[in-house]
Amino acid sequence: MKAIQGIAIYVLWMREIKRLLHAKSRLMGTLLMPLFFLAFLGMGLKRSNIPGVPAGMGYFVFLTPGILGMSILFSSTFAGLSVIWDREFGFLKEIMVAPISRISIVLGRIVGGMTTTLFQALVILTISLLMGFRPRGWIMLLPAILLMILISVTFIGMGLIFASNMRDTQGFNLIMNFVVFPLFFLSGAMFPLESYPKWAKTLSRLDPLTYGIDGLRAALIGKSELPLLLNLGILSGCALLSVMIGAWFFEKSEYI
Amino acid sequence: MNMAIRVDHLVKKYDKNTAVDRISFNVFEGELFGLLGPNGAGKTTIINILATLIHPTSGYAEVAGIPVTGDRDALRHRIGIVFQEPALDVRLTGMDNLQFHAMMYGLAKQERKERIAQVLELVNLEPKANLLVEKYSGGMKRRLEIARGLIQHPKVLFLDEPTLGLDAQTRRHIWDYIRKLNREKQITIILTTHYLEEADFLCDRVAIIDKGRIAAMDTPSDLKSILGGDMVHIKIQGEASAYLDLLAKSDWIKSIKQHHDQLTLTMEHADKRIPELMNLARQAVAGVQSVNLSKPSLEDVFLHFTGRNIREDESTDGFQ
Repeated sequence: MKAIQGIAIYVLWMREIKRLLHAKSRLMGTLLMPLFFLAFLGMGLKRSNIPGVPAGMGYFVFLTPGILGMSILFSSTFAGLSVIWDREFGFLKEIMVAPISRISIVLGRIVGGMTTTLFQALVILTISLLMGFRPRGWIMLLPAILLMILISVTFIGMGLIFASNMRDTQGFNLIMNFVVFPLFFLSGAMFPLESYPKWAKTLSRLDPLTYGIDGLRAALIGKSELPLLLNLGILSGCALLSVMIGAWFFEKSEYI
Repeated sequence: MNMAIRVDHLVKKYDKNTAVDRISFNVFEGELFGLLGPNGAGKTTIINILATLIHPTSGYAEVAGIPVTGDRDALRHRIGIVFQEPALDVRLTGMDNLQFHAMMYGLAKQERKERIAQVLELVNLEPKANLLVEKYSGGMKRRLEIARGLIQHPKVLFLDEPTLGLDAQTRRHIWDYIRKLNREKQITIILTTHYLEEADFLCDRVAIIDKGRIAAMDTPSDLKSILGGDMVHIKIQGEASAYLDLLAKSDWIKSIKQHHDQLTLTMEHADKRIPELMNLARQAVAGVQSVNLSKPSLEDVFLHFTGRNIREDESTDGFQ
């Protein structure tokens, strides 16, 4: 049966929410790193002149959208990869033997991962507001949230692609170090891309997070390389492609 | 009687390795059927095929009248399964695990509440329902999984090594639950085990699986009677061929099997024959280290049909 079953998606979504609520320390852990980045880098370099950051904007304001993107990148990839823990701990079999379609399982995981990720990003955004960050218009939070959702879906899909091709949890660190960190540094989350060498700039054009963070900057602080709508369009394509490839790999992977 | 499970010339191959080799058997409705065999014999593979988790390479299998390659979701609705390895979300409570299961099987809210209360009572887990599963003991996890497998009121319940790794007392409890389910709820149960006493104690019929094939299949008592009466195990020292010749000439001995330095003889009224056996040993100048008399067990049956002890393969398992 190929149908999308709402109840199955709801169950898998609810599972993520409950797990998040049961593990408050884990939630704190995932929030702390981006907040440290924001606090120490943002505050420490507040008065420095960084090429590419408009004079008068301040590095903290420039950095905030980047840290939002970073937080979403890490927790979304993690959410997609968590299939390997479900396999390791056996719970995947319980899901696989239930009378629900595979596409519902994939969608449930994406919606669940997206919710927890978005929640974390909104907490970081709120704290950045308390620290003095101001978006250029409150209405611009709406496209910003849409961008966050698209970044999240893109990287949950990417996590699923990797998880479906891994037999155990061994490859996790490898993916973190050789995929996630390069994606983060290439995206221009920390520094304006214009100070990067040409090859790095070219590579960064292949990184979906680049468009996510550039889009967030376009929406929130009005300083971006590409217009907001173009970023939204490219990122939507990335999200769709990544979900489709992720679902395809998940369907064909051996569950047990 | 109707069939709960029909398996006909089922084959599952992994690359060149044949895990299940042309197996055929039927399970009647309401029966408690056991697949007995050492680790790696193919038991779990059979269960995974019947539960629609993996595709057979060839052959036919159906559960509750539905072919495993047919309407899988309909089949999944009719079965419950307890896997060999725990398949619980330990970061959720026992209640959450049951709730999610009930929802995935499409039960409405009121029905969920009733059935969860029922299954929790059955396995005596009501007081622990709201505890995170990571705080459960091994036995409690097993009971929770059995409870979970029953929520959808399955026609057939699969139990893959239901007491693996549990202590003797907990194992007894689990056996009681399994019996209760089979007798009182009339659920067809098919279980795999490499514990002979488990198959002997629980099962109406047992199929002995060895290297992907069925070596023998019958009720535990009929399997044991194939061996013909009581068994005498004689541990010998040194050369025994003269002794074996003398034993072979005694027509009251039904069968003689040699396994390393151990002779296994079957006969009626073995207790009265032991002095005679000792006399023969003296005549043949054979050294006897020990003599053991036993009523036949499934262990003996396994040895009889496969030529090996069931535990001989244990040191090499765990890598699949």
